[in-house]
Amino acid sequence: MAFYFVQFLTGLASAASLFLVASGLSIIFGVTRIVNFAHGAFYMLGAYVAFTLTERFSGALGFWGGIVVAALIVAAVGVLVEMVLLRRIYHAPELFQLLATFGLTLMVQDIVVLIWGPDDLLGRRAPGFRGAVDFFGQNIPSYDLFLIALSPIVLGILWLLFQRTRWGVLVRAATQDRDMVAALGVNQKWLFTSVFALGVFLAALGGALQIPRDAVHHALDLRIIVEVFVVVVIGGLGSIIGAFVAAVLVSELNAFGILIFPKISIILVFLVMAVVLIVRPWGLFGKPEAAARRTPGLTVNPWRPLTSGERLMSIGALALAAMLPLFAGNYALTVGSEIAIFVIFAASLHFLMSVGGLASFGHAAYFGLGAYGVAFLAKAAGLPMIVSLLLGPLLGLLGAAVFGFFAVQLSGVYFAMLTLAFAQIIWSIAFQWVTVTGGDNGILGVWPDNWASSPASFYWLSLGIAALVATVLRVIVFSPFGFALRATRDSPLRSEAIGINGKRVRWTAFVIAGTTAGIGGALFAYLKGSVFPDSVGISLSVDALVMVLLGGVETVSGAVIGAIVFKAANIWLVSQTDLSKLVLGGFIVLMVVAFPKGIVGTLEALRNRRRSTDTKSALATSRVEVAE
Amino acid sequence: MKLQVADLNSFYGPAHILFDIALEVGEGEVVALLGRNGAGKSTTFRSIVGLVENRSGRIVFEGKDVSREPTHAIVRGGLGYVPEERRIFTDLTVEENLEVGRQPKRPNAPYWTREKLFTLFPNLGEMRNRPGGRMSGGEQQMLTIARTLMGNPSLVLLDEPSEGLSPKIVEQMVDAILAMKKEGVSIVVSEQNLHFARLISDRVYIIERGKICFGGTIAELDARPDVRDAHLSL
Repeated sequence: MAFYFVQFLTGLASAASLFLVASGLSIIFGVTRIVNFAHGAFYMLGAYVAFTLTERFSGALGFWGGIVVAALIVAAVGVLVEMVLLRRIYHAPELFQLLATFGLTLMVQDIVVLIWGPDDLLGRRAPGFRGAVDFFGQNIPSYDLFLIALSPIVLGILWLLFQRTRWGVLVRAATQDRDMVAALGVNQKWLFTSVFALGVFLAALGGALQIPRDAVHHALDLRIIVEVFVVVVIGGLGSIIGAFVAAVLVSELNAFGILIFPKISIILVFLVMAVVLIVRPWGLFGKPEAAARRTPGLTVNPWRPLTSGERLMSIGALALAAMLPLFAGNYALTVGSEIAIFVIFAASLHFLMSVGGLASFGHAAYFGLGAYGVAFLAKAAGLPMIVSLLLGPLLGLLGAAVFGFFAVQLSGVYFAMLTLAFAQIIWSIAFQWVTVTGGDNGILGVWPDNWASSPASFYWLSLGIAALVATVLRVIVFSPFGFALRATRDSPLRSEAIGINGKRVRWTAFVIAGTTAGIGGALFAYLKGSVFPDSVGISLSVDALVMVLLGGVETVSGAVIGAIVFKAANIWLVSQTDLSKLVLGGFIVLMVVAFPKGIVGTLEALRNRRRSTDTKSALATSRVEVAE
Repeated sequence: MKLQVADLNSFYGPAHILFDIALEVGEGEVVALLGRNGAGKSTTFRSIVGLVENRSGRIVFEGKDVSREPTHAIVRGGLGYVPEERRIFTDLTVEENLEVGRQPKRPNAPYWTREKLFTLFPNLGEMRNRPGGRMSGGEQQMLTIARTLMGNPSLVLLDEPSEGLSPKIVEQMVDAILAMKKEGVSIVVSEQNLHFARLISDRVYIIERGKICFGGTIAELDARPDVRDAHLSL
């Protein structure tokens, strides 16, 4: 009994940091409507800065002062980020905001390694809380008791701040109607900045308070952000009480989940999240969103099928690509195969995002499932390559069918957070279930059969499948199903009113995209000859998002171009610099701010402008002719 | 001259909504902006306070051109705005709604306190801690006006204050507007209803399809039944 009670207290203590970070995310979202992906990065920065300060200054004052000052320093960094970056993208679609803040996260990962090095850092114990309290023979660290007491205190302070101060009243008013607050003479800019500063302060404090419990390392950010997303999805975005209750719930589920499913404890959290989403899609304490903003939908150019000239050009480009083995070496062909595979992957996400309006932040899950599917079939069942290639993607289909069912209940940022959480669950399973997946060691020796084993034939295979996938997806876009999907994207209510079952249409689209991604993953397994948890990871999901964005979200098949350019640049970049995350993150931020239409979108806009000036000058000449 | 608008043009995306709007409001005057649904009344107000960003022209308030200033700065300068859709903060109580509107005292404008507003709108005083979402339409309309007055404006733009209200509440609204005028607040009120405008205003402008097509006193308008029938009859 005492053991379970101690386990319960440990869960409560872990909830403290989770609550601090989640409440910060919720407060920022409430007012600015930005889901700050970089919140995990601020948490991690808080831990690193606190580590340095508490090492530098001794004594109790040095420790506690260091913790608070660290949170203040990181909050100041947050203010800088808000003023320089976020102010430019408050009116951008959610997808761009998520991506820009993710770009920041990437940059911070490389920056902390540059400053503090790649090794784990062990922080000081908290003065006054070094010992443990004995509870019926079980030890409870006294620092845990301190953390348990802290969260309700912070909750109380936040409550007073929001209910009893003018600032709090203004923030609550702005949460509901920003423009009206401005129309009453309140400078929104500073309101937003101060809210962002408070949110970042809470995240950094959460990180700083963890140093006596946990080692500081450069992967803390993604670990916490996924848990925080789960917390806010369960508790309801924008609700501080919700963040508190859900943080306790998730921490307890983790604490006891380890006892029940030692290998895959995260399953328990997932089950609870699924139940909450079915019963209350907007979370336990959240409010239903009035109307989600459209993710793309700024399209001025209506979509149309390719003209016959453009078709010829595409076939010509394909024929050119097929001639690569005539003059390129083996390395170039392997790179070519990889690019073709990523064209498949990016096209599948692009289909979901552009046509379905569903920006998935965990699309790698289905890519990875396809890869693992092939690996199981080829290694465990010993099936020939053709059969594995055909059946392997079915695992991606299955995963997309299950997770997609829950994900399409939501839209906008909730959808993005949920897909990310699902992908992370698949990743944990791949990583933790060593007996089946090989864990970190992966599954090795997935080699193609003889007929496809030479780099040239594998390249032709990948290229052929990529061309087929891109064509089929394009056909679907202009099929009745594609029209229905675009209708649910542009106006969920109106499309329901004309008899379209929106959720089923979106679910189908999710399954199509997941299966297609699985095809890419299946090829990828054969290309690399192995499968690792990385092919399910967040960074792969984000790579796909960047490819889509680079090609142009609002185009019909810009992702094809985006994937080719991004993958080629990425392979080159990794060979040139150790700071690829910093460069990639900076590139994402820059692209969102300066270049949101992507390559194909920009080209289309240029061509349209030229065409409209052409028609104008044509009109002018005809008028002159008439006048003469 | 309290407010002078000249050559005001506004756009929503590629659509040109307002064409060369010009209007003037004198010190302590109540001016009505009359027009049918969709004529451009709300857009005119929203353009004056800077909520329509894509606009050009001169907006001179108390001798200063404010057309390049952000909304909050214009409002802080003493130009209050009461939107058409009420836009009460539904989660906030009556007192908290008023708090959002509070601005410092201004030398050239009447000074409003909560207590003074509760005498002007007695209903509100009886429900100080009620959330805005649980008030009737008429009470919400009173609250939006009171909330804007908390900013101590010297001029208020009132967008269709009588819309959707029962005749009894409309009477209270007339009394409230006349009381504001007596305190010395200049007012521009947009209306579809000539009868309501007659009760409160000194002068009227008629707007139709984004253009001002008449400006003058009520008496001058009565002398032009053709104008009245062409632009106001429903």
